[in-house]
Amino acid sequence: MSRLDIKTRDKAQMTVEGLYRDLERRIISSPPGLCPVDMAQSFLKMCHAQTCGKCVPCRIGLGQLSNLLEEVLDLSVDTTLDIIPLIEETAKAIRDSADCAIGTEAAKMVLRGLDGFRDDYIEHIVNHRCTESIQRLKQPVPCVELCPAGVDVPGYTALVLEGRCADAVRLIRKDNPFPTVCALICEHPCEARCRRNLIDAPVNIRGLKRYAVDNCGTVPAPERMDETGKKIAVIGGGPSGLTAAYYLSLMGHDVTIYEKRSQLGGMLRYGIPNYRLPRERLQEDIDVILSTGVKAVTDWDIGGEQMAIEELKEKFDAIYISIGAHTHKSIGIPNEFAHGVIPAVEMLRAIGDDEMPNFEDKEVVVIGGGNVAMDVARTANRLGASKVSIVYRRRRDDMTALPDEVEGAVAEGCQLLTLKAPEKIDIDKEGNVTGLWVRPQIAGETDKAGRPRPMDAQASAEFIPCQIIISAIGQAADTTNFEHYGIPIKRGSIVTSTSSQVEKVPAFFAGGDCVTGPSTVINAIAAGKVAAANIDSYLGFHHSIEVDIDIPEPRYGDKNPTGRVEMKLRQAGERGSDFGEIEIGMTCEEACQEAGRCLRCDHYGLGSFKGGRVEQW
Amino acid sequence: MVKLTIDGIKVSVKEGTTILEAAKEVGIHIPHLCFLKDINEIGACRVCIVENKGMNTLLTACNHVVQPGMEILTNSAKVRATRKINVELILSDHDCKCATCVRSGNCSLQTIANDLGILHVPFKTIAEKNRWSMKFPLIRDASKCIKCMRCIQVCDKIQGLNVWNVSGSGYRTTVGVAQNRRIQDADCSLCGQCVTHCPVGALRERNDTDAMFRAIADPDKVVVVQVAPAVRTAWGEAVGLYKEEATLGRMVSALKRMGVDYVFDTTYSADLTIMEEGSEFIERFTHKDQYSWPMFTSCCPGWIRFVKTQYPEMVPNLSTAKSPQQMFGAMIKTYIAHKLGVDPDKVFSVSIMPCMAKKYENNVPEVNDAGHGKDVDLVLTTREIARMIRADHIAAADLKEEPFDDLFGIGSGAGVIFGATGGVMEAALRSAHFLITGKNPDPDSFRRVRGMDGWKEAVFGIQGVEVRVAVASGLGNARKLMEAIKKGEVKYDFVEIMACPGGCAGGGGQPIHDGVEMAEERGQILYGLDRTANLRFSHDNPAVLQTYKEFLEAPLSHRAHELLHTDLTTWTLDAELE
Repeated sequence: MSRLDIKTRDKAQMTVEGLYRDLERRIISSPPGLCPVDMAQSFLKMCHAQTCGKCVPCRIGLGQLSNLLEEVLDLSVDTTLDIIPLIEETAKAIRDSADCAIGTEAAKMVLRGLDGFRDDYIEHIVNHRCTESIQRLKQPVPCVELCPAGVDVPGYTALVLEGRCADAVRLIRKDNPFPTVCALICEHPCEARCRRNLIDAPVNIRGLKRYAVDNCGTVPAPERMDETGKKIAVIGGGPSGLTAAYYLSLMGHDVTIYEKRSQLGGMLRYGIPNYRLPRERLQEDIDVILSTGVKAVTDWDIGGEQMAIEELKEKFDAIYISIGAHTHKSIGIPNEFAHGVIPAVEMLRAIGDDEMPNFEDKEVVVIGGGNVAMDVARTANRLGASKVSIVYRRRRDDMTALPDEVEGAVAEGCQLLTLKAPEKIDIDKEGNVTGLWVRPQIAGETDKAGRPRPMDAQASAEFIPCQIIISAIGQAADTTNFEHYGIPIKRGSIVTSTSSQVEKVPAFFAGGDCVTGPSTVINAIAAGKVAAANIDSYLGFHHSIEVDIDIPEPRYGDKNPTGRVEMKLRQAGERGSDFGEIEIGMTCEEACQEAGRCLRCDHYGLGSFKGGRVEQW
Repeated sequence: MVKLTIDGIKVSVKEGTTILEAAKEVGIHIPHLCFLKDINEIGACRVCIVENKGMNTLLTACNHVVQPGMEILTNSAKVRATRKINVELILSDHDCKCATCVRSGNCSLQTIANDLGILHVPFKTIAEKNRWSMKFPLIRDASKCIKCMRCIQVCDKIQGLNVWNVSGSGYRTTVGVAQNRRIQDADCSLCGQCVTHCPVGALRERNDTDAMFRAIADPDKVVVVQVAPAVRTAWGEAVGLYKEEATLGRMVSALKRMGVDYVFDTTYSADLTIMEEGSEFIERFTHKDQYSWPMFTSCCPGWIRFVKTQYPEMVPNLSTAKSPQQMFGAMIKTYIAHKLGVDPDKVFSVSIMPCMAKKYENNVPEVNDAGHGKDVDLVLTTREIARMIRADHIAAADLKEEPFDDLFGIGSGAGVIFGATGGVMEAALRSAHFLITGKNPDPDSFRRVRGMDGWKEAVFGIQGVEVRVAVASGLGNARKLMEAIKKGEVKYDFVEIMACPGGCAGGGGQPIHDGVEMAEERGQILYGLDRTANLRFSHDNPAVLQTYKEFLEAPLSHRAHELLHTDLTTWTLDAELE
């Protein structure tokens, strides 16, 4: 026995560490609709296995808590509601008396559950089953369930695998008329809980969609249904309005879009830079939408002299408000209106109409940590800025921008200045920006949303010399006109029911950013789809949107772990100075391997039982 | 054609054929449990797994289609071991007390476990505790349920009532009443199709055989039994008789041996139903604007429950005529008791039915009009009466044939075909023709409404008047038909609907043959009986004619209305009354 040993891991330890990683991926792939009590009990059992065994509350208490939860769940055991206070008191005792976090945190998980899904506990105790809301969601196809628009993901990956890209696009359009836009820039919530996580990593779903749209040729829109004679106005020609217009037009209604700007697309054109979404690709989707007979009036402002809402109401049978959130929020620091301070939305809007600002040899500071901040920073770089810094008052991990976007900005040379709170802007005699003062922060205690609160680090302020400051700290909707008309507004957004109907104001529907606040394109599309269905019903119809495509049977074979094909980008040095698209699509070989990784949850598991697909809506 | 080998045998089958079907074509019967063709192809039990050479994962034969060049092994070492473990696992989640199970001897799980030579289950038993109202005509024993999901699928896909659904999570996943309702509130029609498609003893009818034995043993009771038409096609199946042996005479004999005092034929009251319902139809048809259309038959209580829960606005369209069971019941405790010289209060009236919903119908308070308790005191299914024959160790094959008791054992061929889909319509049309023209038609002239199509329609001209009829069986088909009527896509005068596919011959109270639909074969027996019958028209039945002459006067008379008609709008849906 030597005096000291190098720490090594034996086979058992290495194996169990591998199992931990498997379990982490397994938890990631938990779809909605699992029984929360059952999950709580299973977590608790694992927590109990982690106890060191020294202290009573953790060694015995967690085990007994687990027994109590099992009693709640066990179909063969009759228990009473008295068990809830017993669980609660026991968990509190463990929380308050365990010696270390192994015990306290496990007990807190139980307490959080008792608070968050108490109804589920009660339903199990009284009726020995899950609540109706859980039953209804039971084991859906994860990607379809997590896509706000419910796009048939397993269906189109199967079609891509068979080389049927045009059919894949037709299938996507059943639920989403923006296949190309989403292929390029969707945040792909579908991938989050992909069951493939159980084996290796989620399927690159967006990448496969991109392969489909890049290789489908021209795919015309489906045939329009018989004319209904109903007229619908869509206010705002962004993704949500265009989606609603597309489906309503297919259903045979007469749809007119009124758009404030000179071109259609909304934030897709006036918010997202060309290097992520080239304009001609956006136009592909818009052209198909317009080909269904949708009429569009541009440079038209609601409530102005052109047409009052009252007049609109008289001319149309239903109205969909999808004006987005295009006004900026103020920074709220001294000199924020100085010359050289630009709101991000205004800058991107000008670029959308091809008015490029000149940042040649200028030092640029971007304030904010969201996707828009990354977009403007990278755009500034392309506009010739000598230096681009992104100032954010929290940490990089707390940024709301997608990690890929942050990484892309950094790779292209943008500098991240995190934990810096903007304090004031310095100006010269002419009122031009000369720099930004920031105050260093520390990441403090976590707030309710789970992000550490930025706190003053009590360090001296720092000066960042710059000539341009772009604020990207959030947007809001301009709802003034609608508010005057009587449309309910809460915290700057339009209030609707989940059916997107404006309650108590007949014929009005609303959706997208103007209802939710700034959100993703797929959420806007989903809102447009929901509105289309409910407007159709409101007008007394039940047109169903469907597509006649036979989905290929799954191929047989073992599911061996296989690498996920990631999207390739043009080299950072090369791409950072032009507005050409930065992403490169998959090759045929890559697409086939990736599509082959799909586990076809529409066919296997509960998919084979409950159908696995919504064929029409 | 796809070429492959199964267990070394070369097979060539059509594209799209499943491995299970392909194997069957060359005489290889791959064991399977949850599979039900076209209804449940979900590969849940994993018993039909086979090895596809070159793959590690086994494939379920029931829902994987053949591919060219496949080499399938149905009995490799891996398949044998895995199949056995999977069956053992199912057994660990099943209350294996076969001795007290209604399906013992007719249980697919029992057969497979036995065939595989499983003599011991190495796992802890996790069968769920049973909680179910034993008063309800449909009993689900959770401890027997193997979660094959067939009941859910049958109710969803065939009957369209969505009574069942998957419930719970993890190992507690089970079958429950959908949307977290109680079965009493779930709009269950009590058709019993989930029962006849259950591979094990998890679903059954409420057992009422003890009440029957008690009545037989009671010296103060005169037990009078009526036997429904469809029962004669199937009773023998459950007591080990060949089709040819299972005669009507032997059934009567078995009941008499058991101690039943009088055995009558529901066919008699089926004929009575035709007289009433046919006359009602003509009355409505000649006063068209006073009624809403079409007129629906009302002899199937599963259908009545369906209309009352799904299309309550259509209840007035149902004929007010009671079902043959209830007409017989009303007559037993009045006219028949009088003819037999028996005190109606001493009569214990029993019906033997191919049906579970009849156990609801006889307990509806509003249906009892004879004034001596319930018109039908007890309803037994075909399965129950078969169990009673076995319980009384009656060797059915050795029985001598015995006729029905006098008079009320007479029924026409028209009454007999009530047990098959289209039969009520055909019988009604035969008599309607007579009532309108005064002449009997060729009895087979309405045969177009026969057959297993779920939704049939025909137009018949009677004396220059067109009568548009439709016949549907299976509640999923009924719903389609109702929707078409509501949307104005179809227009009919008279519609017959039976809740069970194929009609009563395929009823939820009939003997069970896993994976085989018997309705068509049994229906053929009924049409055979009709073809060879001397009497083929309800209005020619001498017993019926005598009943009107001596007691009821005429169809739709005041007394007929009192005893043979009912107001369905007042019927409760409570199925737990006694």
